[in-house]
Amino acid sequence: MKAACWMGTQKVEVRDVPEPKILNQRDAIVRVTSTAICGSDLHLYNGFVQPMMKGDVLGHEFMGEVMEVGRSVKNLKVGDRVVVPFAIACGNCWHCQHDMWSLCENSNPNAALVEKAMGHATSGAFGYSHMTGGFAGGQAEYARVPFADVGPLKIENGLTDEQVLFLSDILPTGYMGAEMCNIQRGDTIAVWGCGPVGLFAIKSAYLLGAEQVIAIDRFPYRLEMARQAGAQTLNYEDVESVSETVIEMTGGRGPDACIDAVGLEAHGDGIEYLFDRTKQAVMLESDRPIALRQAITACRSGGTISVIGVYVGLVDKFPLGTIMNRSLTIRSGQCHVHRYMRPLLKRIENGEIDPAAVITHRLPLTDAARGYEMFLKKEDNCEKVVLKPAA
Amino acid sequence: MVHVSKVVTIKQSPETVYQFWRRLETLPQFMEHLEAVRVTDPRHSHWVAKAPGGRVEWDAEITEDVPNERLAWQSLHGAEIENRGIVRFRPAPADRGTEVKVDVYYDAPGGAAGATIAKWFGEEPQQQVRDDLRRFKQMMETGEVVRSEGSLEGMGQGVLKQRKAQPPEGRKR
Repeated sequence: MKAACWMGTQKVEVRDVPEPKILNQRDAIVRVTSTAICGSDLHLYNGFVQPMMKGDVLGHEFMGEVMEVGRSVKNLKVGDRVVVPFAIACGNCWHCQHDMWSLCENSNPNAALVEKAMGHATSGAFGYSHMTGGFAGGQAEYARVPFADVGPLKIENGLTDEQVLFLSDILPTGYMGAEMCNIQRGDTIAVWGCGPVGLFAIKSAYLLGAEQVIAIDRFPYRLEMARQAGAQTLNYEDVESVSETVIEMTGGRGPDACIDAVGLEAHGDGIEYLFDRTKQAVMLESDRPIALRQAITACRSGGTISVIGVYVGLVDKFPLGTIMNRSLTIRSGQCHVHRYMRPLLKRIENGEIDPAAVITHRLPLTDAARGYEMFLKKEDNCEKVVLKPAA
Repeated sequence: MVHVSKVVTIKQSPETVYQFWRRLETLPQFMEHLEAVRVTDPRHSHWVAKAPGGRVEWDAEITEDVPNERLAWQSLHGAEIENRGIVRFRPAPADRGTEVKVDVYYDAPGGAAGATIAKWFGEEPQQQVRDDLRRFKQMMETGEVVRSEGSLEGMGQGVLKQRKAQPPEGRKR
């Protein structure tokens, strides 16, 4: 079968690889009908998330048709249409049973590695380095889905692939980002990053009762999409200080909560950006927390910082004194996707959210390399690339 | 003497976890270095372990057996590596299940335990036991050892021994 494989930094190739097979009795094999490139795939593409091996099959946002199920999978049958959550979770362990699916204690065969790096292990995930288990991803014609009796969401209502595909990751991730803000009446929420996750965070913040959302980015087309989602926008390249500007935009109070939908490869202006860029280049710092620092500085005292952008390791100049003295709360996490798939499917059915609005490019799977490149370089106003294996 | 001590919490009752462990024949399903355990009578068993370039065998006897609480054993005279150990099963708080704590002590004639253990288990016996316990937890909680394309045999192979995250050969649809 054809699959998008990581072949080195900024090198993705669609190659012929063996077709997946059942390895555990709770597995299913899915024929992928739609899959997408995630902003977090760019961290793999750029070599920031490791360890990767040449030939690793990429992709953690995918859906398709069930082709085969393992002996223990009773809830799915051949022919079912399913969306697959990016986090692999057993459903049995304490964390799964407490609705914290991306912290599954059993699904990561490389738990020992994560434990050494982070103290405790995190769940497995599809196509996202050997840190999350070395699972083959879904940017392929077929994919193996472990714990298929727990994760996949059946789609039985005739919604199109494009309407439901993003239940696999970015819609729940954006929604969780807003939910972690614990939004109260009258709240202003600021969202750093207007990629697809940022856009879904904006939309979700309004659904959860925000009075106003401020969206920050540097690409005019992304800011325009944020405006269409109802946000007031700020192009950070137009201002001297992002946090001061955001504070001015909120009557001097600062946003009640700030969402970092950027993560470890943030861009910025001036000396601070150069500092982080340089330290990262010589591997003295793994992550550049520029957006996160701005969010912390801007946030109202007593407010909440919600981190859904991906970080992997260590950051410098982290303003812990600001957090402590101004009573800020930091909430974060890889999305507990399973928790949100059904409620968000309902919201899609009710017409409250139109996830397909973020799609700007549709390519055959065989053009995956081109998709990664244009997404990275923001060519042709690229916001979201959907790959079609059958095209 | 080498002492290895590791603990894991398993979301099952002490009864369930103890009973699984007490069926000694099933231990090789999650203990990577074990090839087989044969129970010879209620207190005695014969153990076969994989070792580089062959295998090691010994007889063991159960020295203490308190159902749902603890199980202790020791190797019998003549073992190439003398070993003894104890597994303790303790209820964890609230709905957290059971804390399973394993202590193993190894000794070899002439005080060469360290070198011999390293030969058996690699340089990190603690990590071995940790991985064994994690596989045990997977079996107890999910029903089997979890495999990925990068770790076809399940965890414990370490990143250096991983294959790429790509389906294995041997299948055409």
